[in-house]
Amino acid sequence: MRFRFTEAAIDTESARRELLDAGAGGYVSFEGWVRDFNEGREVTRLEYEAFVDLAVKEGDRIVAEALRRYPLKHALCIHRVGVLELRDLAVWVGVSAVHRGEAFDACRFIIDEVKHRVPIWKKEHYRNGDSGWVNCEHCAAAPRHAPSADHDHGRAAVQALQK
Amino acid sequence: MSGTVAASAAAPVARPAAAPLYGLILAGGSSTRMQRDKAALAYLGKSQLERAFDLARRHVSPVFVSVRASQAADPTRAHHPLIVDSVDGEGPIVGIRSALAAYPAAAWLVMACDLPFLSDAALTQLLRKRDAAGLATAYRSVHDGLPEPLCAIWEPAAAAALESYQRDGGRCPRKFLIRHAARLLTPEDPRALDNVNTPEEYAQAVAALGTGAANRSIPLKIQYYALMREQAGRSEETLETSSTTPADLYGELTARYGFTLLREQLKVAVNSEFSDWSRPLRAGDAVVFIPPVAGG
Repeated sequence: MRFRFTEAAIDTESARRELLDAGAGGYVSFEGWVRDFNEGREVTRLEYEAFVDLAVKEGDRIVAEALRRYPLKHALCIHRVGVLELRDLAVWVGVSAVHRGEAFDACRFIIDEVKHRVPIWKKEHYRNGDSGWVNCEHCAAAPRHAPSADHDHGRAAVQALQK
Repeated sequence: MSGTVAASAAAPVARPAAAPLYGLILAGGSSTRMQRDKAALAYLGKSQLERAFDLARRHVSPVFVSVRASQAADPTRAHHPLIVDSVDGEGPIVGIRSALAAYPAAAWLVMACDLPFLSDAALTQLLRKRDAAGLATAYRSVHDGLPEPLCAIWEPAAAAALESYQRDGGRCPRKFLIRHAARLLTPEDPRALDNVNTPEEYAQAVAALGTGAANRSIPLKIQYYALMREQAGRSEETLETSSTTPADLYGELTARYGFTLLREQLKVAVNSEFSDWSRPLRAGDAVVFIPPVAGG
C-alpha cells in the first residue's frame, strides 16, 4: 500500500525507513502542517474526513503514476484523519530516487495530485466559533481557482538529503 | 455555520426576493386523442396525476391540481387541493392564469400531468436556473427547440402579460413564451419532456417504464461525507428509489435534504469507484456523492 490513512500522529521516521534503498541517491519529503489562518480567517483546528475505500485506491493510483513517470526507488503518502490542532502534521509524502531532481519533481507531483483527486475533506474551525468545509462553503458561489503552490500549508517542510 | 452568518451580515441589496414557488399540476385537458382521462392513466399502479403530484411535492409546496369546474368532484382529482378555472377561455393558459389569479404573490411550477419521464433531476435543474426577475423559465423542446410551457416556472409578473395576450386573441402559452423571450433551458435528459397523447404513446411509455429500472423501486445504499453528511443529517442510509442514474438520485436527494452543492461541483462514486452520472443504477449499489475535495 503506497497510500494510507492514520488516525494517530504520522511517524515520519518509520515512514522514511520504508523508502531506504541502497540504489537511492536522494530522498525528498513533504509535510503539510496545520496553519493558523486561511483566506484571511484565524483557524484554531481542522477536522479531516475521508471516503477511505475510494481514497486509498485513488491515492495508490497517484503514487503508482509517480513511480511510472519518474525513475524512483520508492514512494509513499500518509494522510491524517480526525481532529488536528495547529502545528500538527496533516499529510506526509516521501520519495527516494537515484537522483535528487526526479525526487523533488515526484514529491511535488504526488502532493499536488492528492490535493486535487483524493476524496478527503477538511473542516476549518475559526477563532470566532464559526466553521466551514473548505472548497464547499465559502467558495461554493464562485468557482474556485485551482489550488496553487502558494496555497499549500505555509510552513511546509521540504528536506533533501543528498548522499 | 458560516453561510448563515454571511447571509445575515450581508448588506441590503436592491434585488427583490424571489416570489414563493407553488406547484400546479395541469389535469384539466379533455384527453380527446387518448379517448380516456389522461390523469387516471397508470404506470405500475400509480396514476399519472399522483406521480406528477408527488414529484412536484418533493420540490415545492403547496401543490394544487388545476381543473375545470366540471371536474372538481371527479374522484381522480377531488382529494387534492384544487384550483378551479376562474377565467374564460380554452386550454392550459386558463389553468395558469387561474393559479396566478388565486395567489397573486406566488410563482408557479406548472407541470402537465402527462410527462411520465419527468424526473427529480429535471425539476432541480429548472428550479436552480429559475429567472425570478423575468416572466417565466421553461425547457426548450429537444424536438423543435420551442419552449415547453407545461413544465415551466411562471412568475407573478406573467399574470398581467398573459391577460393582455389572451385579450388580444392569443391562446398558446408556447407562443407567449417565445414572444416574451422567457429564459429557456436545455433538458439534460432528452426524454424528460416526452408526453403521452395517444394510446400508442401510452403503451410505449408503459413498456419503457416497466422494463427499464425506472419504475422498479430498487434498494440503494447511500453514504454521505463532510458537508453533505451534515446537510443530510446522517452518514448513510438504505433507501428504495425509482431513480435510475446517479444524476436522478442526486436530484431526488437534493429535493429531500436541500443540498447546497450543485451537481456540477460534485463527482460520484458507485461501489467505491468513480462513476459516470448516467450509469444505470442496480439494486444494492452503494452510491457516494463526492463534494469538492480538500486534502493536504
